[in-house]
Amino acid sequence: MSTLLEVSGVSVSFDGFRAINNLSFRIADAEMRAVIGPNGAGKTTFMDIVTGKTKPDEGRVLWGEKSVSLLKMSEAKIAQAGVGRKFQKPTVFEDQSVQENLLMALKKPRGWLPVLSYRPSEEDLAKVATLADDIGLGDALLRKSGELSHGQKQWLEIGILLAQEPRLLLVDEPAAGMTPEEREKTTDILVEAAKTRAVVVVEHDMEFVRRLNCKVTVLHEGSVLAEGSLDHVTSNQDVIDVYLGR
Amino acid sequence: MNRSFVARNPSVLIFLALLALFTLGVTILSEGFGVGMVSTSFVKTLGKTLCLCLVAVAMDLIWGYAGILSLGHFAFFGLGGYMIGMWLMYERTRLIVVDALAQGQLPPTPQEVVDGIGNQIFGVVGSSDFPVIWSFADSLTLQLAMVVLVPGLLALVFGWLAFRSRVTGVYLSILTQAMTLALALYLFQNDSGLRGNNGLSGLQNLPGVNASQDVVSMWFFWASALALGLGYLLAAWVVSGKFGSVIRGIRDNEARVRFLGYSVEAYKLAMFTLTACIAAIAGALYYPQAGIINPAEIAPIASIYLAVWVAIGGRGRLYGAVIGAAVVSLLSTWFTGGQAPDVPLGFYTIKWVDWWLVLLGLSFVGVTLFAPQGIGGLFDLISDRLRPNRHGADLGPDQGSLREKEAQQ
Repeated sequence: MSTLLEVSGVSVSFDGFRAINNLSFRIADAEMRAVIGPNGAGKTTFMDIVTGKTKPDEGRVLWGEKSVSLLKMSEAKIAQAGVGRKFQKPTVFEDQSVQENLLMALKKPRGWLPVLSYRPSEEDLAKVATLADDIGLGDALLRKSGELSHGQKQWLEIGILLAQEPRLLLVDEPAAGMTPEEREKTTDILVEAAKTRAVVVVEHDMEFVRRLNCKVTVLHEGSVLAEGSLDHVTSNQDVIDVYLGR
Repeated sequence: MNRSFVARNPSVLIFLALLALFTLGVTILSEGFGVGMVSTSFVKTLGKTLCLCLVAVAMDLIWGYAGILSLGHFAFFGLGGYMIGMWLMYERTRLIVVDALAQGQLPPTPQEVVDGIGNQIFGVVGSSDFPVIWSFADSLTLQLAMVVLVPGLLALVFGWLAFRSRVTGVYLSILTQAMTLALALYLFQNDSGLRGNNGLSGLQNLPGVNASQDVVSMWFFWASALALGLGYLLAAWVVSGKFGSVIRGIRDNEARVRFLGYSVEAYKLAMFTLTACIAAIAGALYYPQAGIINPAEIAPIASIYLAVWVAIGGRGRLYGAVIGAAVVSLLSTWFTGGQAPDVPLGFYTIKWVDWWLVLLGLSFVGVTLFAPQGIGGLFDLISDRLRPNRHGADLGPDQGSLREKEAQQ
């Protein structure tokens, strides 16, 4: 498997505080990866750097077969290149229907002129309907997404990501606030997605990570503390000291 | 979803029908073409109100839909007025000058005519030379193009600088206020080339037209109604499709839209420029009916009034903006025109000319606090589509299931 994203030697500090310290990370084409770490370990900052929200002080972020640097690209360009991001709090357009949310995310030209003249085709609507089924919102297509439950909003946001057809999914705490059944469903969606693309899941909940059954990267104070299977990292003394032991 | 545009937006059809009925009604009652029950000065007031409704639609697009509280759109409105005013004034003065010079023994040279016009127009500011900005004033076509181009270009440059630096929220509002204030101060100068605080006047007279004001006022009334109808249709079309989804998305969560791969800045810039052009067209129709334009028209307060109209009418819905602008500006005319009866309280008499602004301020505060949907929100009660209030704080992860219960109620 070829490398899709390679982050190497990245550091960033805010007002003297080093949020990310010489971090290196790589993920392959169709791989699931869980990133865990205590609060302040730099998990969200890591996502900010990859998606272009934060520019690092030093280091390289390379993308795809041609190893393009993501550092010079805007957030919108990075998203168009194939990086999708899910926020920690469910972030959907509450004033708009599920269908409108998904239509907006469909992989289509993003410029304002083509968007102005865009009218959904039968094909697009069918695609949106299938997607809504996949995330369990098949019969809520025309509901305002603000009316959905917390868990449904989380799924809708994952659906928005999938509609973008990204090559890399960055998912921040997807199971937060979900009931056990909802968690199970979320796991299924993510595992299914990881068959065709790279998925990075940031999660606190060990049980959830265990069910994802994938390689785990432990972050601590802005750099990688350990990497490997969940059993491997949980038996690592450093990890126990900084994270699990507390 | 695939139904026709009108079927998806029934309010557009209703609005256009009402506008047509209103136009017809005023025509029948007018002095110029009908039974004369509506005075010509009131026709002008109504025509001006239609222009204000159009600029309110533009304001609703940029504020209610795209979430950019611009407090500078009256600058574009005024600039549009100035652009058409330049031609009106130049052409009318030219006819007068040509007439006057024809009395002489020798036929005037073109240079004498131009000098004569310059003397007439710029005499009040102690000059007689034409500034560069008047280069095209002799051509109606070019000056009409400038109605859209000049404010559009200003909006494009200003918006590009502001949005590129990601200036948002209240900071952007302050910047737009600074822009309109700077423009007004510049135009107040005598050497700005637009006659300083005298402004441009006599705009109600169409050069080369001998029809009475009774008739001309109706022409402008029809043109204003047509512009409002077309502007409304354009606005409704722009916000109806995916473009509308994206700009409402920008209003509600800019970062999310950005991470979806949309260039938020380009969308904002497109909206800012489009609404500036709509505002300019409204201004170009307004000032010939008002008869005079001067820099006080684009003072910062004018743009704030615009925001107040839209807020009272109900932002985020186009007819709300129209209702707000019409109701508030007509009420304002009524109260400040001395027609409203004074209220004697015994110890004090409330004169509405003085107290109208207080009433307007109170109703603005009242609407903001108690009816954020504005007057337009009343239509929700009628059409029974009260949306559940889901805009409170997120209950948070631990109580997420509560939202589910709520949602099913």
